[in-house]
Amino acid sequence: MLVPLAQNVVSGILVGALYGLAAVGLSLTFGVTKFLNVAHGELLMLGGYASFWAFTTLGIDPFLTLPSTVVFMVLIGTLLYKLLFSRMVKLTEDVKVKNTMLIAFGLSLILQNVALRLWTADDRSITTSYSGVALSVLGVRLPVVRLASLVVAFVCLMALHLFLQRTYTGKAIRATVEDWAAATLVGIDIHRVYLESFILGALLAGVAGALVSVGYSIVPTMGLEWTLIALIVMVLGGLGSIMGTFVGGIILGVTQSVTSYFAGGTYREVVGLLIFLLVLVFRPQGLFGTKQG
Amino acid sequence: MLEIEGVDAFYGDLQALWAISLHVDEGELVALIGPNGAGKTTTLHVISGLLPPRSGSIRFRDRDLTRERPDRIVAMGISQVPEGGRVFTGMSVLENLELGAFLPAARRCKAESLKRVFSIFPRLEERKNQRAGTLSGGERQMLAIARALMSRPTLLLLDEPSFGLAPLLVEQMFAMITEINAQGVTILLVEQNVRAALELSHRAYVIENGRIVGEGSGTGLLSFESVRRAYLG
Repeated sequence: MLVPLAQNVVSGILVGALYGLAAVGLSLTFGVTKFLNVAHGELLMLGGYASFWAFTTLGIDPFLTLPSTVVFMVLIGTLLYKLLFSRMVKLTEDVKVKNTMLIAFGLSLILQNVALRLWTADDRSITTSYSGVALSVLGVRLPVVRLASLVVAFVCLMALHLFLQRTYTGKAIRATVEDWAAATLVGIDIHRVYLESFILGALLAGVAGALVSVGYSIVPTMGLEWTLIALIVMVLGGLGSIMGTFVGGIILGVTQSVTSYFAGGTYREVVGLLIFLLVLVFRPQGLFGTKQG
Repeated sequence: MLEIEGVDAFYGDLQALWAISLHVDEGELVALIGPNGAGKTTTLHVISGLLPPRSGSIRFRDRDLTRERPDRIVAMGISQVPEGGRVFTGMSVLENLELGAFLPAARRCKAESLKRVFSIFPRLEERKNQRAGTLSGGERQMLAIARALMSRPTLLLLDEPSFGLAPLLVEQMFAMITEINAQGVTILLVEQNVRAALELSHRAYVIENGRIVGEGSGTGLLSFESVRRAYLG
C-alpha cells in the first residue's frame, strides 16, 4: 500500500513540474498584458511537435533540441503577437481580457485543426535509447527522462526568476506589471514589454511541450487540457510568484495522481476543477500570491 | 522651450481641456494652479503623451510632440512625476532609480545621476536596498522625483508633489524643488498649495474648468483679486 502511494506521489511531482512550467508562461503573459491566452495549450502542443519532428527527422536528442524549440517558439510568439494580439493593447482591461480570450479561442481551434491535418490524430512520443531507464529508490520507480524534465523545468524557472530580477528588460516587465502608466512615464515602451512577455509565455509553453513529448505523449488535441491545467495552476499559485506557481503545479500533479490511485482515473480532472473553485472562493489571490488592489 | 497652442483634449466624449495655451521658458519654474478637476493633471498627461490631444499643438525645443509616444517624449527630455508619486512599491529604492534611467542615453550616465539624486535626497541613499513600499509618504514622493531625475530631464513636470505631506515636509519638498530648478532643470509645477506655489515660481497660470483664465508672475498673482478670493481666503 505504501509503495504504490509513494509511487503516485512521485509521479505527481514529476508531471506537476511540467504543469508549473506551463502555468508560469500563461501567468507571466497575463500578468503583464492582461491577455487571457486560452491558446496557451496549443503553443505547448506546437513546442511538443517541434521537438518531436527534430528528433524523428534529424535524430537529435530531445534535450539537445530544446534551444531550437525555443527559437521556433520565439518566432511563433512574435508572429501571433504582431498579427493578432498587438491590436488589443489599447483596450481597457476588462475588454482586453474578453477580446483576447475570444481571439485565442479561435486561434486554438485553427492550430488544432492545422496540426490534425498535418500530423494526424495519432499520439506521438519521443523514444530515446534511455527512455526505458529508471532509477529505483525504495521500490519507487523514477524514470530518468521525467527526472531530467523536472530538472529542466526547474532550471528554466530559476533562469526566468534571475532574468526578471537582474536584467533591465526583466525590471521593465516587473514595472509594467505593477503600474503600466508609471512605467511609460520612465520611458518604457509598453508595446515592447507586451511583445517580450508574450514571447516569454510562448517560449515557456514550448519548452513544457517539448518535455511532455519526451516523458509522456503529444497529440494535436492536447491543448485544451493543458490550457485548463495552466489556468488552474495560475489561480492556485497566485499571480506574480514564479515559485508559487511552480509549487502550485506540483500540488495539482500530486493531487490528481493520488486521487486517481484512490478513486480511479475518471476523477483526475474533477479534482483539478474542484481545487480551482475552492481557491477562487476561499483564497482568490492564490496560495502564494499577494493581495492585489 | 515648451509651447502649448490651443490644445483641446477629451476623455471619451467629455471635453477636459478647452484651447489651452501656455509656454514655459528655459530655466523657469512655472506653476499651474486651479481647483480640483480644473484640468491640471490632464494638461500634464497631454504633455507626457498619456492623453493625445484632439487638436492644437505641443512643441518642445522646436520639435512637435503632439502625437508622440510617451517613451519618446521622455527620451526628448521631459519627465513627469505623476500624482501620488506612483513608485514601484514591490521593488527596491535602487531598482526604482535604475528604472528611471531606463532609456539608453540615461543608462550611460546612471552612476553619475545616482550620485546627483543621492546628494539632493540623502535619505534615499540610506534606504536604497529597502522595498519602496516600506517608505513613508514623504520618502516615496522624494523617490518619485529622484526617479524622474534619473532620466536627466531638461523639463520636469511635477503633479502635486506636496500632496498628503506633513507641513514640515512640505517646506522641505519646496526647498528641494527650488534647488533642482537652480541646478538648471526647468519645472512645470501643478499644485493645490497655491500660496507656496506662487511664492516659489517665476510665473503661474490659473486654470478653471479646462480653460486658462489667468497668467502672471507668481507674486503678482498673489495679489490678483480672484486668486486671493478663490484660493487664499
